[in-house]
Amino acid sequence: MRRFAGTLAAALLVVGLAGCGDDDGDKKEPGGPSSGASAPALPRLDGTTVSVAGVWTADEQDAFKKVLADFEKRTGAKTEFIPTGDSAATFLGQKVAGNAPPDVAFLAQPGALQQFAQKGWVKPLGPEAQQAVQANFSPQWHKLGSYENKLYGVYYKAANKSLVWYNTKVFDTAGATEPKTWSELLATANLVSDSGTPPFATGGADGWVLTDWFENVYLSQSGPEMYDKLAKHEIPWTDPSVAKALQTLAQAWSLPGGFPGGTGGALQTEFPASVSQVFGSTPAAGMLPGADFVGTNIIKDTKAKIGTDAKFFAFPAVEPGKAPVVTGGDVAVAMKDTPGAQALLAYLASPDAAKVWAGQGGYLSPNKNLDPAAYRDDVTRGIAQKLIAAGDEFRFDLSDTAPSAFGGTKGEGMWRDLQDFLRNPSDVAGAQAKLEADAVKAYAGT
Amino acid sequence: MGEKTGGPPRAGAGTGRPGSAGGDSRGPGAGRLLGWLFLLPALLVLGVLVAYPIGWTFVRSLFGARGWSDFSGLANYQDLFTDDDTFTALKNNLIWVLVVPALVTAIGLVFAVLTERVRFATAFKMIVFMPMAVSMLAAGITFRLVYDREPEKGAANAALVSVHDAFAEAAPYPGARPRPGSGLEPAGGGFATAAESPGGSVVMLPLVALADDKVPGRARPAAAPPAAPGQVTGVVWVDFGRGNTGRPGVIDPGERGLPGVKVEAVRGGRTVASATTAADGSFTLPERAAAAGPVQLRLAAANFEQAFRGYDWLGPNLITPAIIGAYVWMWAGFAMVLIAAGLAAIPRDALEAARVDGATEWQVFRRVTVPLLSPVLVVVLVTLVINVLKVFDLVYIISLGSSQKEANVLALQMYLASFGGGDNQGLGSAIGIVLFLLVLPAMLFNIRRFRRESK
Repeated sequence: MRRFAGTLAAALLVVGLAGCGDDDGDKKEPGGPSSGASAPALPRLDGTTVSVAGVWTADEQDAFKKVLADFEKRTGAKTEFIPTGDSAATFLGQKVAGNAPPDVAFLAQPGALQQFAQKGWVKPLGPEAQQAVQANFSPQWHKLGSYENKLYGVYYKAANKSLVWYNTKVFDTAGATEPKTWSELLATANLVSDSGTPPFATGGADGWVLTDWFENVYLSQSGPEMYDKLAKHEIPWTDPSVAKALQTLAQAWSLPGGFPGGTGGALQTEFPASVSQVFGSTPAAGMLPGADFVGTNIIKDTKAKIGTDAKFFAFPAVEPGKAPVVTGGDVAVAMKDTPGAQALLAYLASPDAAKVWAGQGGYLSPNKNLDPAAYRDDVTRGIAQKLIAAGDEFRFDLSDTAPSAFGGTKGEGMWRDLQDFLRNPSDVAGAQAKLEADAVKAYAGT
Repeated sequence: MGEKTGGPPRAGAGTGRPGSAGGDSRGPGAGRLLGWLFLLPALLVLGVLVAYPIGWTFVRSLFGARGWSDFSGLANYQDLFTDDDTFTALKNNLIWVLVVPALVTAIGLVFAVLTERVRFATAFKMIVFMPMAVSMLAAGITFRLVYDREPEKGAANAALVSVHDAFAEAAPYPGARPRPGSGLEPAGGGFATAAESPGGSVVMLPLVALADDKVPGRARPAAAPPAAPGQVTGVVWVDFGRGNTGRPGVIDPGERGLPGVKVEAVRGGRTVASATTAADGSFTLPERAAAAGPVQLRLAAANFEQAFRGYDWLGPNLITPAIIGAYVWMWAGFAMVLIAAGLAAIPRDALEAARVDGATEWQVFRRVTVPLLSPVLVVVLVTLVINVLKVFDLVYIISLGSSQKEANVLALQMYLASFGGGDNQGLGSAIGIVLFLLVLPAMLFNIRRFRRESK
């Protein structure tokens, strides 16, 4: 429903935009570089309008509009925000077909960036934006924003998907402490279970939740290189490394009394409900592996206080690997080669732009030069520091880099196959065969 | 769709008349031309909105995912009949067509006949008809909540649980299990000791996974009873301390006994004696238990059974019946109203005559009412068949990601293959054509019936 509303709103906005004329962008006056090392050098853009398409709604949209306002103040340009609805790629495809793309668009999947670049829908970054990206982001982010060695995208917003949230009261009753390794996690889970509370909740009705489990285990266990190969489907899902990861997952998924209502219950629990299971008034479970945005649901749906009632630890390292950092993120790309678009991208790559949203909360920046002091609270600061500290070892959410038929569709591909595996965690070979069959089908279409 | 395509013959008959009337003066050819002229707008609209899309869809179904450059012949149709997902969808469609129209018509018939005899019939009919006014989307979301797994949220399970709990007593310690390594193994839903205990022994039965609030207030600190000659004694207690710091299988300070647990002595598979634990968890089996040799101790399943929480309506096994339930709720009113209208048109004297002849009410219903109603029943049935083949919204909304595959129907599979991640509009078009072929017989049936009626 949200999607329909969003698309409608977007359609209305675009009708409005069409009348507003295109870029009269030749009025640019190169403004001198501002003082301060981090302040981006931005041209004056009085009289131009820069349109930006993004997925954000409600609070997030308000927060981002403040970022745009800061850009307007620095350059004199006007900006216009166009909400894309949930399926940004489809929406933008229609805009391109209608010959009315926005100047700048945000994409949630690296796969979409590659696809757009291949079709020539997005323009490479100008020299200023390129410099800013090189100065402020670790090389892995350059790679994610590039296509055929050309830099196209600026990762402005990131998500850290390698966290495990827990209810401090449940941990206290059980006498549990934060585990650092997978075997400690299993011991903790057993302890919580012995104390009478199911250790895990997970929104198994939403397949993407389960892909995050798998990605963390696989990245930690087999390392970034294997992870990259699997993401590109250069190794099949029948590879022994996948079997190992699934067996490891099964250790947690088949614990007796592991989930409230058993795995059948987990498969009927949607993501928001799983947050309430852990942090509701009577906790039905102790831990919830999930991304930083679990915090948003805790605030919205429960009375638990983050930092006292609700805490998190980093997803444990699966021995002998290192602790994984799996990320998601929104990448900004130029869909028109206008000075306004290039200036906005250069600005978004600067720590200054990150600072504006960081001060408002609900945001993580992959910008390594952002002063952590800019975050509003310690919890977010902690998550952000874990992300930056991962340097080049982090990897982007595998299901978001895979073709959407495999990694992004309700009831299909990896989502569905992991749901089947959660239902029957002993059938490792069967799960692998299904994953491989679905992957072959989906990757063939790209 | 049946009504639309049923239109042209009648329109043709209508517009033909002025031509034939003026045929005397201008000749039959001019009249026919005029007829076709009048027909043109209707033909044009039908051509653009019906014939062209059908033709286009068929042509598209011969091409692959990449579009017009990707001719694949009948490969899509081959995929369609070898693909597991589509096969499930086809199977479910069959279930829908076999069950739903008949069920809805039967319920509608019962409602229509019964409402003839009750007071406030109009109010009753209005209530039954009201779901028709609800959009499929809203009904789907409502039923998603009705079928929620948690009895606290889902009305269906809440009703089942309250009925169940009125007749059955809940187990005192649901979910408890023995501490691993304690010698207790799962047996018949409960747990039994692997070893056999002779008279005079003290058996330790440690349990875990019991939250503090599940242990009753009368529980005392656990205490092992002294050994009694010739008798089997023991203790059942919560063997858990914070951080699992206590020694497993040993009573540590602060660990509480479990009162009210039924302990059975089993020899050769037969229960020979039983005892119930005291407030400190201790129990003493009667002397006859171990009189004829050592016994196994069993904690019966009745102690630990999970409370009844209803059924997994949205799980893979029940999802299709659950969605059918929602559909019946929506469409029973439609059937009832049509059938009631037909019922009102039945000549009363036929019924009266049957009654005078001594027929029972059941016989009147079976032998008079239903046969007289049969034209209406057929209309309702056929309309429902067409409708049911196209069902999409309810299935898409009510099913969860983890059960969508099991609930799948052709219309949904068509959407999923074309736009929902598959992005293969060739395959989607092929499914569309198959769906069209399935609806076609019902449509032709309807058209023929319209023709017969207009004669």
